[in-house]
Amino acid sequence: MTHDGTISRPAIERPDSVYFFGTCLVDLFYPEAGMAGMDLLKRQGVRVVFPQGQSCCGQPAYNSGYREEALKVARAQLDYFPGDWPIVVPSGSCAGMMSKHWPDLFKGEPDEARARQVASRVWELTQFLVQVLKVKFEDQGPPVKITWHASCHAQREMGVTDEPKALLRQLANVELVELQREKECCGFGGTFAVRHPEISAAMVGDKVADIENTGAKAVVSGDCGCLMNISGALEAGRKPVRGVHIAQFLKERTHG
Amino acid sequence: MGETALKTNGINFAKASSAALQDQQLRGNFRRAMDGLMSKRAVQFADTAEWNGVRTLGASVRLRALSKLPELLEKLEANCTKNGIQVHWASTTDEANAIVLSIMQRVNAKLVVKGKSMVSEEMHLNAFLEKHGIESLESDLGEYIVQLDEAMPSHIIMPAIHMNTKQIAHLFKQKIKEAEYTEDVAQLTDLARRVLRKKFATADVGISGVNMAVAETGTLCLVENEGNGRMSTTVPPVHIAVMGLEKVVEKLEDVPPVISLLTRSATAQPITTYVNMISSPRKEGEKDGPNEIHLVILDNGRSAIYADEELRNTLRCIRCGACMNHCPVYTKVGGHAYQAPYPGPIGSILMPQVEGLETRGELPHACTMCNACVEICPVKIPIVEIMGRLRSEAVHPGDAVKGAGSHASKAEAMVWKGWSMTYASPLAYQFATALLAKLGNAAPASLPLLKEWTNVRSKPRFANRTLHALAREKGIPDV
Repeated sequence: MTHDGTISRPAIERPDSVYFFGTCLVDLFYPEAGMAGMDLLKRQGVRVVFPQGQSCCGQPAYNSGYREEALKVARAQLDYFPGDWPIVVPSGSCAGMMSKHWPDLFKGEPDEARARQVASRVWELTQFLVQVLKVKFEDQGPPVKITWHASCHAQREMGVTDEPKALLRQLANVELVELQREKECCGFGGTFAVRHPEISAAMVGDKVADIENTGAKAVVSGDCGCLMNISGALEAGRKPVRGVHIAQFLKERTHG
Repeated sequence: MGETALKTNGINFAKASSAALQDQQLRGNFRRAMDGLMSKRAVQFADTAEWNGVRTLGASVRLRALSKLPELLEKLEANCTKNGIQVHWASTTDEANAIVLSIMQRVNAKLVVKGKSMVSEEMHLNAFLEKHGIESLESDLGEYIVQLDEAMPSHIIMPAIHMNTKQIAHLFKQKIKEAEYTEDVAQLTDLARRVLRKKFATADVGISGVNMAVAETGTLCLVENEGNGRMSTTVPPVHIAVMGLEKVVEKLEDVPPVISLLTRSATAQPITTYVNMISSPRKEGEKDGPNEIHLVILDNGRSAIYADEELRNTLRCIRCGACMNHCPVYTKVGGHAYQAPYPGPIGSILMPQVEGLETRGELPHACTMCNACVEICPVKIPIVEIMGRLRSEAVHPGDAVKGAGSHASKAEAMVWKGWSMTYASPLAYQFATALLAKLGNAAPASLPLLKEWTNVRSKPRFANRTLHALAREKGIPDV
C-alpha cells in the first residue's frame, strides 16, 4: 500500500505467460475490448491464458452490501489462476476489487492466504503494458482528436494515473485533449446509476458537456462501467463522439 | 429497497436531492463554489511529499488519541477542572441541551451569542433555547445568514455556500430593519457586523464549539476567521463550549499539525485569522474573559461507534469539510438534500451511525464510491470502506449499528443470492451469459432498472458472442 492508499505493484520481470481476467461487463457488452487487450499482450510475445471458468470479481454484490454473496463469487475465481503468472485485467475497477478489497473480503476465511496470493498478482492492463512490458506503439491511424476519461478506481485504488495517457501519447497522429475535470466521477457507480438515477444523470451530463468542450471525436476510457454510462449518454444525446475502451483503441491504431 | 415500510421521519434523500437537481441556480452556486475550493486547496498541498508527511502525522495524532480515548477524556476533565473549566457529560443531545439550559437559567440568561459549532447543530440548540424563551444568535456570518433565512447550514465550514450574493442581499433587505438593498459584499458584511456588535456587548452567555481539546493541558482550541469566536468566548460573562467526545488530542504538540491540515483542507488557508487557545476563565487581576467556562462533552452515539474497530475510524474526523468539496454527488445536490447537520461523505457515514439506519440507511448509497473524498481526507478516514460496511449493516440484522437490518428486503436478497449462485458456477454462468447474448437485447427499455438507466442513456447492447465464446473460437488457451 502506498501513502495515498492505492495499491503498489512491485517491479517484476517480463513473464512468459499471463492470465487474462476479462470481467463480467466486458464478457457481455465489450468482448471486442477484451480480445483487443489479449491481442496487445500477445503481440509483446507473452502467452495469454484465458481461464474459461472465470466470471466476476464480486464487486456488484460487495458494493451493494451483500458480502457473503460477493465472497461466494470471488472464491469461485481462485481455482482458475493456479500458475504463478500475473493476472491482467482490462478494468481498474475490477482490478481494484481484487487487489484492494479481496483481502478484506476473505479476512478470517480459511482461504484468506490463497485469496491474498491471487490478489497480489493482479495488474490493470495499461499499468502492465507500461510498467512490465514497456510497450512502444507505432501509430498507423489517421489524425484524430480524442480525450481521456480516468476511471475512479483505476486512479484511486490501483494508482493508475499516467500510464494510459502515456500510451495514448505514443500515438503520433492522436491529439489528446484533457478534460477540464478529468478526475471527476462520471456517475456510474454500479448500482448507484439506477438507485439514484437523477443524480447519476446530472453527473454524466456534466461529463458529456466536458467531453464536448474538448472537441474530441472519441472519448477513451479503461473501464467498461464508465464507458457504458458515458457512451450511453453520448448516444442518447446524439453527440458525434464515440466511446471506446483503451485496449480496442490502441489495437485499432496499431494493427494496421 | 422496496417492500419494507421504514419510519423515515420525513427524511428522504432521493426526494430532496431530486428537488435540488431541478434548481439550476443552486446547482450553479455549488458547482462554482466547489470548483473554487478544490483548486485553492490543491495549491496548499502542491508539494506531494509534504502532503504525505503532514497527513501521516495528522492521521497518527488522531489515531493515537482514539486509541486511548477513555484515558484522555478523564485527563481532559481533570486538567480542565484544575484550570477552572467546569466539565459536564451528556450522553444524548437532550441531556446536553438540558445542561446548557440549566446554566442559562442559573444566570438568568435572555440572550446568547454563538460562535460556529456543528455539535450545537446536532443538538438543534437554537430551536431548543428559543422554546425556552432565550434568544440565541449565530455570530458567524454564514451561520447568521442561514439563521436569518430560517434554514439549515448546507456545508459544515461554509453554512451559506448554497446562496449567492444577490440572494443574501435580498434576505438582508427583507429581514434586517435598517438594511438598504446592496449587492456590495463589504457593505453587507458591515451591516451584519453592526447588528452583531450590539449583541456581543449585551449577551449573557457565549456558546462555542471546540476544534480540539488538549488532554494534557486542559486547553480548548478554536479556529475562526471573523473574530466572532473570540468575541463569543471572551465578552459575555459565561462561556459554554460544546464538543463531541472524539475531539480530544493528547498533547499540546499535537495541535499544530492538525490545525495546519484543518485550515488548509477547509478554506485553503495556511492558518486562520484567529486561533483561540482557551485555558481558564478570567483570573484575578485580568481585564477580560468570562467569569465561568463550561465544557459540555457530548456522546450521542459516539461511544457505540467507538466500540467497533472499523467504524471507529469515523471519529478521526477533524471537520474540515474537504470531503464535501470534492464529492461529485454533494456538488450536484448540495448540502440540504442530506437533511442532516453533517452532509456529504462524512455525514453519509456519521449520520447513520448516530441516528440509526432506519432513518439514515439511504445515505451510504448517496455515493458512487469514487474515492475522491478518501484521496483528500487529511486524516485518511477510509470513508468509502465504511460506506460499504454500512450498506451491509443496513440489510443484515446485527448489533454493531443502530437499525442494522432495517433495510433488509427479501426481494433484493433473493436477487443477489441468485446472482451469486449463477456467477459462482462456471456452467450456470456460461449458460446465462450465452442466453443474454442471444436474447438480452430484446428486453424492453421499460423494465425496472433499465427504465432508470435509459432515461438519459441508450440501452446497453449485449454483444452477439461473449468474451468466453470468442476466446474459445480464437483458440486462446484456458490453462
